[in-house]
Amino acid sequence: MAAHRCRYLACLLLLFLSVILVTMSQETTLGHEQHELVIRPLHSGDIYASFQFRTVWETDFMKGNKVSHYRLFPKSLGQVISKFSVRELHISFTQGYWRTMQWGQPFIPSPPGAELWVWFQDSVTDVDATWKELTNVLSGIFCASLNFIDSTNTLQPSASFKPLGIGNGTTDHRFLRYATLPREIVCTENLTPWKKLLPCGSKAGLAVLLKSEKLFHSSFHSQSVHIRPVCQDRQCKSSSWELRQALNVVFDLHTSGQSKREWSLFKMFSRTLTEACPLASSSKIYIDVTDNPQEEQFELSPATPLLSQAVVLGDRRTFSVYDLTQQVTFGTVRSLNLMIRWKSSEGDMLRPLLHAERYVTGYGLQTGEIHTLMYNNHPFRSFPVLLLDSVPWYLRLYIHTLKVISKGKDNNPSYIHYQPSKDRERPHLLEMLLQLPPHSVTEVTVQFERALLKWTEYTPDPNHGFYVGSSVISSLVPSTVAMETNITMEQPLFSSFFPCKEESSYFARVYTEPLLVNLPTPDFSMPYNVICLTCTVVAVGYGSLYNLLTRSFQVEEPNPGLAKRIANVIRRMRGVPPL
Amino acid sequence: IPALQTRRRGQLAALSIAAVVIVVGVPLWWRTTETYRAWLPFSQIKDLSKLQLHLSADVEVVFARGTLTPEQQKKLPLTQTQDEEHAVDENTVLRYTHEIKYRTATIMEEEALGKPTAAEADLSLHMLSESPCGSSVVYVIPEVSSLLPENVKVYIGQRRTAILRINAEMRAGKTVEQLLAVLKPQIKQVLQVMSFSHTDITAALSDRVRFNPGSKESMTHSMRAFTSSPGYEITFSLLNPDPRSHRLHWDIEGAVQTYIQPFLTKLSPLANFSIDSQMLHYAMLGVNPRYNNDRGAFILHADSLAHVINPVEARLGSNAASSNPVLNFLLYVPDAQHSPLYIQDHKKMDVPSNAFHSPRWGGIMVYNVKNLYGPEAEFPVNININMAEVMGVFLTQLRLLVGMESSPPPPGFLVAPCGSVGLADWELDRLMWSRSVENIATATTTITSLAQLLDQIGNIVINDNIAQQVSSAVTSVQLAVAELEAGNLGFALQYSKETILASEKAFFDPSLLHLLYFPDDQKFAIYIPLFLPMCVPILLSLLKMASEARRRYREKQAKKD
Repeated sequence: MAAHRCRYLACLLLLFLSVILVTMSQETTLGHEQHELVIRPLHSGDIYASFQFRTVWETDFMKGNKVSHYRLFPKSLGQVISKFSVRELHISFTQGYWRTMQWGQPFIPSPPGAELWVWFQDSVTDVDATWKELTNVLSGIFCASLNFIDSTNTLQPSASFKPLGIGNGTTDHRFLRYATLPREIVCTENLTPWKKLLPCGSKAGLAVLLKSEKLFHSSFHSQSVHIRPVCQDRQCKSSSWELRQALNVVFDLHTSGQSKREWSLFKMFSRTLTEACPLASSSKIYIDVTDNPQEEQFELSPATPLLSQAVVLGDRRTFSVYDLTQQVTFGTVRSLNLMIRWKSSEGDMLRPLLHAERYVTGYGLQTGEIHTLMYNNHPFRSFPVLLLDSVPWYLRLYIHTLKVISKGKDNNPSYIHYQPSKDRERPHLLEMLLQLPPHSVTEVTVQFERALLKWTEYTPDPNHGFYVGSSVISSLVPSTVAMETNITMEQPLFSSFFPCKEESSYFARVYTEPLLVNLPTPDFSMPYNVICLTCTVVAVGYGSLYNLLTRSFQVEEPNPGLAKRIANVIRRMRGVPPL
Repeated sequence: IPALQTRRRGQLAALSIAAVVIVVGVPLWWRTTETYRAWLPFSQIKDLSKLQLHLSADVEVVFARGTLTPEQQKKLPLTQTQDEEHAVDENTVLRYTHEIKYRTATIMEEEALGKPTAAEADLSLHMLSESPCGSSVVYVIPEVSSLLPENVKVYIGQRRTAILRINAEMRAGKTVEQLLAVLKPQIKQVLQVMSFSHTDITAALSDRVRFNPGSKESMTHSMRAFTSSPGYEITFSLLNPDPRSHRLHWDIEGAVQTYIQPFLTKLSPLANFSIDSQMLHYAMLGVNPRYNNDRGAFILHADSLAHVINPVEARLGSNAASSNPVLNFLLYVPDAQHSPLYIQDHKKMDVPSNAFHSPRWGGIMVYNVKNLYGPEAEFPVNININMAEVMGVFLTQLRLLVGMESSPPPPGFLVAPCGSVGLADWELDRLMWSRSVENIATATTTITSLAQLLDQIGNIVINDNIAQQVSSAVTSVQLAVAELEAGNLGFALQYSKETILASEKAFFDPSLLHLLYFPDDQKFAIYIPLFLPMCVPILLSLLKMASEARRRYREKQAKKD
């Protein structure tokens, strides 16, 4: 059994272990800076804009020398990395849910709410204490409630989250911590510190477009920070730090466009571009024109002669490129306001190769069932997925009811990692490696029982329900074109986030919806009512017992009648002796 | 009769119920609702509120050849003690003791004093013997010595030595006692500079003793330096508001290694320092400097400097990794349109360093680069910043902010330049004296106010770890005071740092707050429904019994009469 399991683990590691990501750098010690905006008209008619800002810092944290002089790299994050011996840090804040069915795959996926995963260096002795301190510091830096991350929502996934940068050998998941806060609301106060990390702030370059009143008036908003070590050169003798800040936003043009299907930079962001950030070595805008080779769908103005092709998410896409470092891009008016006018009104529905959904069934407040559905839309190829489910302790999973069914038959997972919860200490963790048959739906169901919380453990609005974080589905999806594995080639940022090892498939991560589950909720004035009621009962019982014990009982003279008493009162007033 | 018997039984029952409630119920309720309060050394803390600080330092006075006659040499006393006592306020008393040892110079010392210059003599005397922390040595040399320049009476070296020249008439035909009496005020003056002085020590007590504010000058002076802390973070920031025209390069690593690190290494017994630096682009000052046509330059007047810092501060970022105070040093390179930029003081004169500092915050220096390139230069211009110039200014500001004052020496004194380290040994000693006293003063106030608070508010839980911190703080205070008295400056500072850490930890422990805000009305709301219906019948029957007993007693008395 053990040997069996080992083989699976080895297989897993082979599958999901990320390869060395080599990044060529042109400049010397100062580090360099790349800015990029990708705009993709979506099939649903929405617009997907994805900003990426990448800072590379040629210094070696790993070798333990204390680095404290910062140039392009923000000091606050640098201090965090060196103080907490972080090897890799990924944090994302997302408002809204990415609709894979309508929008396809995002360049950098993220679940609703806040997500944080960190690989620590193997020199860290007390990982849990460091993690606790780190979340507190990060919550200060990003003005978010990351301080609510504690042992009850922290996981140590064994296979789903492998380091994305270069690793120095170990991928021991003892040094990994993963947590999500699905309840977290993302707003301006999170955007401002995020913008502050950019070397040009929001003063120049692409970042001037990041106006919060427009960004948060959208269907989907996600901002993230990814720090990882990358190679400095092909030989990878020395490493450097890469900081990627990504911001993805989907604008709903039907509601904001006054029923006209056209948009411009100014309409989306209420700004136009006039210059690139002078610190950036490259600053480009890519517009996805793959579906529009002859301008039959939309018209792009100003037109650009620059076209580039890139393989991204298993597909070869064509982009119109605007290089902001060239003065000619801004034309005679010295300002760039990109515009798209649609010609056709409807696009057809997308069928992404992999997507997933999740929901809760059952009635009443005692038991329920979680259903996770994973769709493989590839017509003839099956591919493996890793499902990571984390369920809070107050939903008690009945793991014996776990069922995986595809095409009406049992689908035995080749690897299961299950860690039962401990009340008030840690959540359930369920990881499974599954093979999705071609053109199928795979359904994972598991039953649970709802626990009764202590009255201080309820949130301020308990009748709203309790969130359960998204499931994470990591997968190697078959690619329709040969993926770029030549890692030394200069690639645009949006296609180089997940390292790619083989030509025939690409790595994709899909998040399901978070769940909202109702727990049995008491009436919260109850404790005091109970105190009052029991006290009254006790007092009544005690009182009668007391009376019984202490009073002496005597036969009493019968009461004089009412008429006699009144007569006596009158007689007393008259001064006559009573009857 | 049976009626009387049942009455009697009822009374007994009521009495026994009351007894059960009092003997079992009340203690049970008391024990279960008690807040945990560990034992604190209240009596020792009370002693701390009366502080008697006794500072003592060793001084060696060495007479060189030719200063004493052989007869005087024979009668030279071995030691002498100088004592001073000041009552700062009713609870604080300061006592200073200088233990003065007299001796004649050894042959090696004579040789060293024969060097051509005072600086060389200072160095070779230091090589001969290293005097311990907190002590000082005064060499008395004859007037014929050529060691000191004409009008200089006293030379104060870079270490812990001073060279004092005495005149011929001062010693001619006098006994040793008379000579020493003449020397005494001069030595005292030297010690005022090299060792602790009363003004320094009282300034260090400011946390404990409230002085009536003196002159504005002394106020700003005492507010300038950072308060004592176990560690400091030093941040150098290069502000480039115009990266489009200027591409700035500064070799901060090298500059820190060369200029700042030696200074901080020397200061390391006082506190831990950590250094970092950053570059901030598009960081503007908060005020618009005015253009002066005559000068062809922009002028930042001293009055507007107060408004400069706040907008910049938002960009500096707080220190994520520690909670020590941060010393900020900002190098501002004005943008091409607002260059050159000069700072003017209140008298409308240019500040030569073009820099200013803000008390307990840091310093800002304006670095003009306009003259480094011609009008035909192609933007962005690459500019290398001259770090020697910048670090000279920052080091001076750092000295001020750490608490090193550079008050002018008394007339006739020559103070050796502080050299590459930027700090003489005796300056460090002075700082250590005042920091030890400051730490002790702060810790005693913290502990006494914590004890007062805990005494006043009965709701606060006192955990064992807090009691332990308080006890260790109290022990360390006592040790620090004892070490000060013994003249072991290094240990005194060490203990005073420990006490301040322990006392702050106890004072700011979050566990103190747990039950602090549990209001009394809520408590009563919970108690009343249970206690009122239970206690009222017991009380009533007890009252009834008491009144009956009194009546019977009176009847008995009446019968007796």
